[in-house]
Amino acid sequence: MNAAAPLAHTATLADRPEHSPESPLSIHAMTVAYHRKPVLWDVDYDAPANRLIAIVGPNGAGKSTLIKGAMGLVPRASGLVEFWGQPYRAARSRVGYVPQRETVDWDFPVSALDVVCMGRYRSIGWCRPVSGAHKRAAMACLDRVGLAGYAGRQISQLSGGQQQRVFLARALAQEADLYFMDEPFAGVDAATERAIVEVLRELRGRGKTVICVHHDLQTVADYFDEVILLNMRVVAAGPVRTVFTRDNLHKTYGGRLTLLSEAAEAIARGEVG
Amino acid sequence: MNGFGIGADLFPLLAAVLAALTCGLLGNFLVLRRLSLMGDAISHSVLPGLVIAFLIAASRSPLVMFLGAAVAGVATVVLVELVKRLGRVEPGAAMGVVFSVLFALGVLLIRQVESLGNIDLDADCVLHGQLETLAWFGAPDSWSDLLSPATLGAVPRQVWTLLGMFALASVFVAALFKELRLAAFDPALATSQGFSAPALHYALMVLVAGATVASFEAVGSILVIAMLICPAAAARLLTDRLLPQIAVSLLAALVAAAGGYLGATAVPGAFGLGAVNAAGSMSVAAGVLVAGAVVASPRHGLVSSWLRRRALALSVARDDLLAGLYRAAESGAPTPAHTGLSAVRMARASGSARRAGLLSTGEPARLTPAGEHAAREVVRRHRLWEHYLVEEAGLAPDHVHPTAEKLEHTPLAPAGDPATDPHGRPIPPALAPDPPSRDIS
Repeated sequence: MNAAAPLAHTATLADRPEHSPESPLSIHAMTVAYHRKPVLWDVDYDAPANRLIAIVGPNGAGKSTLIKGAMGLVPRASGLVEFWGQPYRAARSRVGYVPQRETVDWDFPVSALDVVCMGRYRSIGWCRPVSGAHKRAAMACLDRVGLAGYAGRQISQLSGGQQQRVFLARALAQEADLYFMDEPFAGVDAATERAIVEVLRELRGRGKTVICVHHDLQTVADYFDEVILLNMRVVAAGPVRTVFTRDNLHKTYGGRLTLLSEAAEAIARGEVG
Repeated sequence: MNGFGIGADLFPLLAAVLAALTCGLLGNFLVLRRLSLMGDAISHSVLPGLVIAFLIAASRSPLVMFLGAAVAGVATVVLVELVKRLGRVEPGAAMGVVFSVLFALGVLLIRQVESLGNIDLDADCVLHGQLETLAWFGAPDSWSDLLSPATLGAVPRQVWTLLGMFALASVFVAALFKELRLAAFDPALATSQGFSAPALHYALMVLVAGATVASFEAVGSILVIAMLICPAAAARLLTDRLLPQIAVSLLAALVAAAGGYLGATAVPGAFGLGAVNAAGSMSVAAGVLVAGAVVASPRHGLVSSWLRRRALALSVARDDLLAGLYRAAESGAPTPAHTGLSAVRMARASGSARRAGLLSTGEPARLTPAGEHAAREVVRRHRLWEHYLVEEAGLAPDHVHPTAEKLEHTPLAPAGDPATDPHGRPIPPALAPDPPSRDIS
């Protein structure tokens, strides 16, 4: 956390053989802690462009934190994150985000179309109203997730799957190049799951990169090209067919890393500096 | 006091209405973020801010007071956040701890200031305000005389301050409407898009603190708290879009302020009684509006849910009546088995079925072709559900009737076309098109 650290990291980021400035997301030595307890520990990761990438790991492995730490939504204890070689502030308009569905109040007095329009706010800018053109663009996004007929519905009147698709439409409306999605498949019906997969593939077809927190190990190989196996550390990352192995999964979900979790608990209790 | 007097009532009423509108407007965003108590917290904890600002600047000018209140307001929000995080308690507890301590500190400081001899602050008037001090001595008797330059000169400072605050709050909400809405709905997205949710939150809290201090002197903190919460809470129950919610909340604030004021002055006057505290009466009026919204809200209200339950009960009774007749005809029994409905419900159900053209008039009632079709659908759903519950869900055949009796009234039915139910009775095959009927519900 000292002043010289970022410079040192910059040097190492460029020096790392796997790092490329074209990478949509480069994370170097990122550590994130809640209440002093480390959740992510010295994470290095470079995302390849134009891939569908799953983040997989047990509960409390820091999957959502990886996304939030990268975007600066939670403070990083240390580390450096770049998007196409730039800091997040400069790349903001190219990065889309779909938070977990439960993080928002679905009784909020807005319509489905209002929510999708929120994806356009960045391009609309401060203090300007949402124009008709932006509303039409948002409408087109709702149509792509099959909810054109629900634009005027208040969001509490939608099913869980429809709410998730509204979130997806909002991400589409952001017209980003890199998407972070936090458990888009959690608690959705089969129709919504198919719709989401279709949209993900369409995004890849248009050259985008999508990084999803994903829970269902059964579907990783079907839905994703790449996988990040995470448990406080990146256990392994790379193409699904080479990395998504029984051995790596055992390392991620098995007991090998419990010593690290115990150390984290000790730090949280203040037993270590 | 008898009726409405320009001198006695014009400016107090104006001040009350402006305070109510300002607080009602900002309160919408507190209610949306489930932070209504924050209005309570800030309106109490600005007291030490006011006293400290007074001690430092030795002045009670509005600007000094506003700055003191704004600093106290932000400090409250920061402290609440700290207590919540470090104490790991729920937000309500954190707000309660912070504002009660800060308010107590303010009271202590006021006593200290009073003992120094330069008293000009009073804890009591912080609570109920001093609307009566806004009376206009030498006011004209008729409304037409108000249209003179002298009127402007007579407007008290408190009214100007409130007017300025209302204008500021209106401009803030109008300019940042979409940003405030986004930050309230999804702070993570707002921040990731460059609309810092914490910054917007603090800006809102500064305005709440400003509104509080502008309203203090005239109407007191009880009214501020009531107006920050009640109009928005009532509007939230009555609407499902943010703009209509804001419009309704402003109307509610206006009605509560004006109604409460007249209720406190003119109404007791008409009965020969003394006026009651106007701020208190306005707060009560705001509470009455919330109670009214709880009763009458179209979606969540007591009246509408009672009506919905009643309509549902009627349609269930009608289904049961028709299905009973169908089953009787099926088994060749002269009269349907007892449906378990009371005589009153039975009469209402058959009346409704007759009006819908499902039952013939005259005794004994018979199913019309449309009624036969509807009855057949209910029985089909019942038996399909029984089949499903036994075959798919693994229930024992003698356990499924009560569940199927409920499920038959939903529009859902299991797929498939089994010939008989678990009790061996035939499941009527689906009939595709509905015959024309005059279904009313």
